[in-house]
Amino acid sequence: MTVYFMCAVLLMMGLYCLVAKKNIVKKIIGIVIMEYAVNLYLITIGYKKGGVAPIIEKTTSPELLERFVDPLPQALVLTSIVIGLGTLALMVSLVIRLYEKHGTFDMSQISKLRG
Amino acid sequence: MACLAIGTPAMVHHMGGWTAPLGIALVSDGLTVLLLIAVNVIAFLCIIFSLKYMRVYTGLTKYYSLFMLMVAGMNGVVVSGDLFNLFVFLEVASIASYALVAFGVEADELEAGFKYMILGSVASVMILFAVGTVYAVTGTLNMADASREIATRFGGAEMNPALLLAAAFFLMGFGLKAALVPFHAWLPDAHPSAPAPISAMLSGVVIKSLGVYAMCRVMFHVFGFASASPSSVIIADTMIWLSVLSIVVGGLMAIGQWDFKRLLAYSSIGQVGYVMLGIGVGARVLATGGTRSLAALAILGGLFHLINHAAFKSLLFLSSGAIQQATGTRDMKMLSGLGKRMPITAATTNLAALSIAGVPPFSGFWSKLIIIVATIRAGHTAVAVVAIAMAFVTLAYYVKVQKEMIFGPVRGPAESAKEVSPVMYVPMIILAIVCVGFGLLYPVLGSRILEPARDALLNGAEYVKLVLG
Repeated sequence: MTVYFMCAVLLMMGLYCLVAKKNIVKKIIGIVIMEYAVNLYLITIGYKKGGVAPIIEKTTSPELLERFVDPLPQALVLTSIVIGLGTLALMVSLVIRLYEKHGTFDMSQISKLRG
Repeated sequence: MACLAIGTPAMVHHMGGWTAPLGIALVSDGLTVLLLIAVNVIAFLCIIFSLKYMRVYTGLTKYYSLFMLMVAGMNGVVVSGDLFNLFVFLEVASIASYALVAFGVEADELEAGFKYMILGSVASVMILFAVGTVYAVTGTLNMADASREIATRFGGAEMNPALLLAAAFFLMGFGLKAALVPFHAWLPDAHPSAPAPISAMLSGVVIKSLGVYAMCRVMFHVFGFASASPSSVIIADTMIWLSVLSIVVGGLMAIGQWDFKRLLAYSSIGQVGYVMLGIGVGARVLATGGTRSLAALAILGGLFHLINHAAFKSLLFLSSGAIQQATGTRDMKMLSGLGKRMPITAATTNLAALSIAGVPPFSGFWSKLIIIVATIRAGHTAVAVVAIAMAFVTLAYYVKVQKEMIFGPVRGPAESAKEVSPVMYVPMIILAIVCVGFGLLYPVLGSRILEPARDALLNGAEYVKLVLG
C-alpha cells in the first residue's frame, strides 16, 4: 500500500513542478516525472515477491505456476514508455523553436495568449 | 467507407484471432458508426479545403502525414474495444494534433501548441493512471469483460474507492480532451492558432471523439449506469455539473471576443457542454432507475447535438479560414460587408450561425430542444433554465458575428476581398447542405444513425454480450 502512496506522491511532485515552475524546460521535466510515476504505479500492480517469468514448459510444476508474475502491466509500461518518448521529443522540439523565437525559457515572458 | 457501415448490425473483430478477453477486440456498434461517419466525412472535406488553403505554408507533405495520423488515431479510438488500446490511439491522435496546432511555427502557434501539449500530456497521464487502476481492480483491460466484472461485484452497491478514483481520473482526463470547463484553458488558444482546416477538425471531431466519445464509452460501458448504484449517481452528477459550467462559461466568454476564431473556440466549449448535458442527464436518469424512454430521449438529444455541432462548427471554422485568406484578418472590428464581396462564404457562414444559434428550421434547434425538454422532464428545471438562457446568449453572439462581418457597408480589408476558389467553397457548401439536411431529414437519419447509437449507450449489457459472445 505504501508503494502506491509513494507513486501518488511522485505524481503530485510532477504536477507541482509543472504548475509552479516558470521555466518551460522544468515544466517538461514535471511532465516526465508524472509519466514515470504512472509507469512505476503500473509496474507495482504487477509486482509479486519472488516472482518468476511466466513461461510454461512441460516441466513447469504447479508451485512454479503460483509464482508467475502478471506480464501484462510490463507490456503496458513498455508501450507507455515509448509513447512518452514520442511526446517528449515533440515537446523538446517545441521548446527549441520557442527559444529561437523569444530567446528565453521563461513562460511568463513568452506567454502572450490569454487562455 | 464509413457510410457503408450505416444500418449494418454491430460487429466485432478479434485482432490476431485471439478471442475477446485475451486479445484486443475492435468493436463496431451504433455509437461507433455515428462517430466514424462524423470523423471521416469532416476529415475528407477538410482535406479538400486544405488543397488550396494550405498553399501558403511550407512542408505540406508533413502536414498531410500528420493529418492522416490524426484521422487514423481517431478512428482507432472509436473502434477500439480495449482500454489500453484506446489510450494508445488517443495518444496517436493527440500527438499528431499537437504538432498540427504548432504547424505555423510562429510565436503564437508555438505557444498555443506548447500549452495544448502540456495539458494534453497531463490528461494522458490521468487516463493511463485510471486504466491501470481499472486493471488492478478487475484484472482485465477488455471493456466488456471489465464491465461484467464491475457489474457482478458492485452491481447496485457502492463501488470500490479505487474504482471511484479511476472514474474521477477518467472524467478529468477525458474532460481535458473534451475541453469541458474547468479543463478548457488550452482550447481558446489552440483552436485559433491552428490552420483553419485543423481548427475545423479539432473543434468538429477531435474534442468529440477523444473526449466526449471516450468518456461515454468508458462511463456507460465499463462503469455502467444501469446498475443504479449510488456511485454511478455521483458520476452522472459530475457529468451534469461539468456540462452546465461549460455551457455558462463558454457562452459568456464568447460574447466578449472580437477575434472570429477565438469566438468560435469559446462557442465550442459551450456547445460541447450541451452535448454532455444531454448524455449526463440520460446517465443520471438511468442511474436513479428512472424511465428508460426519458433516458433514451436525453441521450438521443446529446448525440444529435454532437453530430450537428461537428457539421456546423467545422463549417464555421472553414468559413473563418476562407475569410482570413481573402481579407488577411479575422478581427471582427475590421471586417464589414463581406456579404457583398464574398456571397458564397457569407451565405454558408450565415447558415451555420443560424443553425448553431438554434433558429427553428435548422438542425441545432431540434437537438437543443430535445436536450432541454429531456432535462425538464428529468426534473432538473434550474439546469434547463440555464441551458435555455445560454441558448439565447449563443444566438446573441452569432447575431453579432452576422451584424459585424457579413452585413453592413463594405469597408476596410473587405473592399479588396474576392470570393475564394471553388476548391475551398465546395466543401463549405456541402457542409451547409448537411446542416440544413439534419434539420429537415431527421426522420430518415434518426432511425438509421442516431437511434442505433442511442441504443448502444442505453444497453450496456448488449455490449458485453456482443464482445464476449
